[in-house]
Amino acid sequence: MALLEVKNLGISFGGLRAVDQVNFSIKEGQLYGLIGPNGAGKTTLFNLLTGVYQPTDGSIMLQDKLLNGKKPAQINRAGIARTFQNIRLFKKMTVLDNVKVALHNQVHYSLFATLFKLPSYWKKEKEMDKMALDILKVFDLEGQASVLAANLPYGKQRKLEIARALATNPKLLLLDEPAAGMNPNETEELMQTIRLVRDRYKITILLIEHDMKLVTGICEEILVLNFGMELAKGTPSEVLNNPEVITAYLGE
Amino acid sequence: MNGMEKKGNRNVLIKSVIALAAIILGYVAVYYMMEGGILSRQMTSLIPRIGINIILAVSLSITVGFLGELSLGHAGFMAIGAYASAIFTTQAAGLPGFLSFVFALIIGGVMAALFGVLTGIPVLRLRGDYLAIVTLAFTEIIRSVINTMSITGGAMGLSSIPEYANYTWIYIFGILTILVAVNLKKSRHGRAILSVRENYVAAEAMGIPVTKFKILAFTVAAFFAGIAGALYAHTYSVLRPGNFDYNKSIDILIFVVLGGMGNIPGTIVATILLTYLPEKFREFGDYRMLTYALALIIIMLLNSGEMKEKIKGFFRKIVPQGKVKPKKLQEKKGEH
Repeated sequence: MALLEVKNLGISFGGLRAVDQVNFSIKEGQLYGLIGPNGAGKTTLFNLLTGVYQPTDGSIMLQDKLLNGKKPAQINRAGIARTFQNIRLFKKMTVLDNVKVALHNQVHYSLFATLFKLPSYWKKEKEMDKMALDILKVFDLEGQASVLAANLPYGKQRKLEIARALATNPKLLLLDEPAAGMNPNETEELMQTIRLVRDRYKITILLIEHDMKLVTGICEEILVLNFGMELAKGTPSEVLNNPEVITAYLGE
Repeated sequence: MNGMEKKGNRNVLIKSVIALAAIILGYVAVYYMMEGGILSRQMTSLIPRIGINIILAVSLSITVGFLGELSLGHAGFMAIGAYASAIFTTQAAGLPGFLSFVFALIIGGVMAALFGVLTGIPVLRLRGDYLAIVTLAFTEIIRSVINTMSITGGAMGLSSIPEYANYTWIYIFGILTILVAVNLKKSRHGRAILSVRENYVAAEAMGIPVTKFKILAFTVAAFFAGIAGALYAHTYSVLRPGNFDYNKSIDILIFVVLGGMGNIPGTIVATILLTYLPEKFREFGDYRMLTYALALIIIMLLNSGEMKEKIKGFFRKIVPQGKVKPKKLQEKKGEH
């Protein structure tokens, strides 16, 4: 069964069709890649999927539930979490607190318990700490739990973004250029982490990436966008041998 | 596991007992300083104002420091609390004083909070400079409305409000405000508020209902501003619309900014200092406000990150850190 079903999706900014007539579906547990030249509309598509922009045409369905018109916070609660191309961490909060913000909808206690530090506050906070540390361990960040996010090195900030998105307990995880600015070793390590995350948390992943090694290495299916439109779709080898894709990337 | 949990619970208990002891000790200490003549008459008369200002500054730092939104409407909420409670106590003469004042405080806080919600819903769609200007306008509207209504005494204001408030009441609500702010900061709700300040887009993407938490922060701040207003009315027993103009809002904002935006201990110190200094500077006569402005600039410079490092470096030069410990050890040896 398809987890995400996108049909005829499109958005216009004035006269510009940033995304036009895009169709694709992602199966549960899949690692799906989204590639395309700069300005092809990849991040705009992510913004449409997460409710930052509202589509002008078409529909987005997550497990047969329509997501059109929902706000980002509602879409997150429905089961889609994302990372950002330009890192958007809560910089002046600790690494642990960054993840604990994302646990907001998983662990509940009342405002009353907060203001008077009732036993339920202590119990649930401890539960949150444990959950957050478990996720940080996957990304090898538990040693820096009390460091401010702004003071982490770049590569670890990227990892923390993924950890934080994962903490919202998503069904579908959207990664916007997770390997941007990483060296080949770090990219290799990241590839393994992404696979591990998919298998351990049994989630589906859609990722935008320019690093072809990463995309072809781990994605099972790829969608290529160009000028907001679908250029090709299929397995990595099908897509890479498609003459139109080669033209779009390398020119005539 | 169970043993560890018990140990954790015991730590919490010990911490709570220490905090409670500190609160009681603080109360007694200030009380004896006032009664025992250690503080000057001038300083003693300043204590209630310092307490009320602490409530105002700490509550405003929930909006400005935690939520990161510039609000210039705090004097407006204070005015609502002050007038609502004063109207109640002057009208409901039949009730015994204590009960009447408890109701007045609740009414003052709740009325201010209600206005907080009502103005918060439309106003919090704006951000930054726009929000600051709209909240400034809100304060002025409140003042103008109070100025024209007959129940508030118009421009004459209200007078002979019973003087129910005293040091104890102000101390209790001061502590309550500080506890709420501190507890809020380290909680699920507080983290949600902080995340809105840190990165609005990311907070939303992590499933935080941003609008709800903005209004929550705004409302809690307004509630305590209302309480501060009620305490003010029943301390000085006279209210004039002019007490609550935008200068008052800006005064409170200065405490928060110089205290380090959301840093609660810093805000308290800044409030005490900046309430005391203008009184102290009365001896400079005409140059009073000029001196105050100078003091503000100096504090701001000392408070900046660069300057802090310089001061630390200076002290390190005088007292090289490596040498401090051995010297102490030697002294101890000598004693034995």
